[in-house]
Amino acid sequence: MPRPTKGARLGGSPAHEKLILANLATQLFQHGRIKTTEAKAKRLRPLAEKLITKAKKGDMHNRRQVLTVVRDKSVVHHLFTEIAPTFAERPGGYTRITKVGVRKGDAAPMAVIELVSEPLNQVRVAKTPVAEAAPAPAPAAAEAVEETTEEVTEAPAEETAEATEAPAEETEDKKDNA
Amino acid sequence: MAVPKRKMSRSNTRSRRSQWKAAAVSLVSCPQCRSPKRPHMACPTCGTYNRRQVIEPSA
Repeated sequence: MPRPTKGARLGGSPAHEKLILANLATQLFQHGRIKTTEAKAKRLRPLAEKLITKAKKGDMHNRRQVLTVVRDKSVVHHLFTEIAPTFAERPGGYTRITKVGVRKGDAAPMAVIELVSEPLNQVRVAKTPVAEAAPAPAPAAAEAVEETTEEVTEAPAEETAEATEAPAEETEDKKDNA
Repeated sequence: MAVPKRKMSRSNTRSRRSQWKAAAVSLVSCPQCRSPKRPHMACPTCGTYNRRQVIEPSA
């Protein structure tokens, strides 16, 4: 069961918070990225992502449920036809919050919340070389072990230990770089 | 109404106020432009975070 939000509502009352978040969600889907306070961005993120999940399902029932939050029909149309298809492959995490420092005037911490537009493949490309690199040195080490087994029985054990350590270190280095 | 019984000495006042200190802001160098910036925040100089352009650079 979802745990209720702790602390005071944004704007003072539950109704005002609902209205603020609905307006923020509308503006986010309209413009793709909005600058707001950190507290509002953090509250907006779960709401906006649930709306996008509904938009990805795309049927009339979900559209009516989204319309109870986002009142603007043109924004909902844009959400269902333009935004939702771009997130077809993405399993959640549709928005990104970046802190951008404090606001002049009341020093409120501000943040930019935006719809993630980068393709999902970028992350996978970064990870696959590490997975491929790990098995690659292993066969070479195995061949070296086979050659040395005829000579001395103790030597291969040491070499295998070194060989297994070396690729592990390499993979760690690559993770750090990535 | 509760009121102080004795005058507070200058020493006590100044000892208390000696603890009013401002903490230094922690800074890291921006990976993009090398200028100092707050950690976990977009760089105010070049407007990037994680080498991604987030905001228009200020000034």
